[in-house]
Amino acid sequence: MFLIKYIKEVFGAVKSLAIGMRRTLSYFVRPKEIITQQYPDERPVIAERFRGEVVLMHDENNEHACTGCTACELACPNGTIKIVTKFDTTPEGKKKKALDTFVYRLEMCTMCNLCVEACPTSAIKMDTAYEHSVFDRNKLTKKLNNEGSKIRSGVE
Amino acid sequence: MYSTTEIVKQSTAEGEMVINIGPQHPATHGVLHFVITLNGETIKKVEPHLGYIHRSIEKMCESLSYRQFVYVTSRMDYLSSHINNHACCLVTEQALQIELPARALVIRVLMDELTRLASHMLWWASMAMDIGALTPFFHAFREREMITDIFEDTCGTRLTMNYMVPGGVLMDLHPDFQKKVHAFINQFKTKLPEYDELVTDNIIFQNRTKGIGYLSRESAISYGCTGPVARASGVSCDVRKHFPYAIYDKLDFKEIIDTGCDSWARYKVRMQEMRQSLHIIEQLIDNIPEGDFQAKTKAVLKPPKGEFYSKVETARGELGVYIVSEGATTPYRIKFRSPGFSNLSALEHMAVGGKIGDFVAVMGSIDLVIPDIDR
Repeated sequence: MFLIKYIKEVFGAVKSLAIGMRRTLSYFVRPKEIITQQYPDERPVIAERFRGEVVLMHDENNEHACTGCTACELACPNGTIKIVTKFDTTPEGKKKKALDTFVYRLEMCTMCNLCVEACPTSAIKMDTAYEHSVFDRNKLTKKLNNEGSKIRSGVE
Repeated sequence: MYSTTEIVKQSTAEGEMVINIGPQHPATHGVLHFVITLNGETIKKVEPHLGYIHRSIEKMCESLSYRQFVYVTSRMDYLSSHINNHACCLVTEQALQIELPARALVIRVLMDELTRLASHMLWWASMAMDIGALTPFFHAFREREMITDIFEDTCGTRLTMNYMVPGGVLMDLHPDFQKKVHAFINQFKTKLPEYDELVTDNIIFQNRTKGIGYLSRESAISYGCTGPVARASGVSCDVRKHFPYAIYDKLDFKEIIDTGCDSWARYKVRMQEMRQSLHIIEQLIDNIPEGDFQAKTKAVLKPPKGEFYSKVETARGELGVYIVSEGATTPYRIKFRSPGFSNLSALEHMAVGGKIGDFVAVMGSIDLVIPDIDR
């Protein structure tokens, strides 16, 4: 009895291994199902909502919607954003707070999307750029507002 | 932290040897350090040394507002980040008594179950890899990639989500969500039998896992084990069944309990849980109610004075979030009861008396995620 049981076990074991090997071989002869992407040559398709970095949106007149209210700075959990404000003079001669520099430290950003949610004027959004490597760490501290840009009229 | 001399001092007994596994060992799935005392090949003592990836998340959360602290918890158990975020949102909503729209509840459960599937798939891949089979890793990652793509479409991230916010979810579902989930369900249903062919039915795998890492029902309870580790020892502890949150009380699913108590039983429980998660997703995917995905909340959340606790079932067990609020914008004290820590504490009990070759098979069956243990 013991011998029969032993032989049965051995054959069962060989069969289970053969089934597994058959599965492996079936993939071996079907190279179409290989899903490896040759990355730098083959570019991946990036989802439209992918959170890569924060950008301040400018329109064709080099105008943005940031009022310098620092809501994003307060919402950020790790101090990624620093808003430097200045005082502009309106045509009526009044002084008005405006954005001077939108400092964004990419190396500290965790892409949590809280700043975008907090922005009352929808001035910033998440961009899908994902290749952020640079040779110098200082290059990761970015100024998001373009040179000479100003606030779009009508945005309060 | 132990110094080297202390370790040597402890192991002066005749014929005993001390070996170190980790902190940079591929089988520990992260930076976990084991000091193992051996007599021949038999394990006499297992000492896990923690703290290599301690980031003091609990203390960090005390300086973050109730909206901000959710994102940090994605970094605890990074394989079930949606469920961690869910736990944190639940405790804030409980404190502020926010009513959630039906759509948000369904989206949350869908995301939770997809996360559980992805997490179990990665566990299955790494468990097989620990035991010596590399091929399953690529099979599991092919299906897991579909889930991360679904997450990427809807949430914008692949691992550390921050998708659930107090009051609902951050964004509405992507228009392609249902289509992609259906494609995933079809693909996964055809591939699950392949998983069984490759690993579950494999005689080498069965012989390596059967009868090792014994954890009795009593020990599982006394060590505070939860999740599949406890359920494989016959403890009924599924938070989704016993303390239902979101819409789990209206769903039809089974709590998988096995009484094998060994590594093989833990393996079987997780494989069955994958099928149950798939069943839950199938129930919900065509019945997502229309409406808001986020309740209206104040810009600054200020829970009343008091203590709040909520728990959820992550892929590894029960995650509890305990908050003491002083009525301010930040929590006064926050404590996470993470499943990995309790499950790890039972490892010595499982491994002592076994062979050093089986140690990795025991450890793989607990499904450790080190950042979850250290926090």
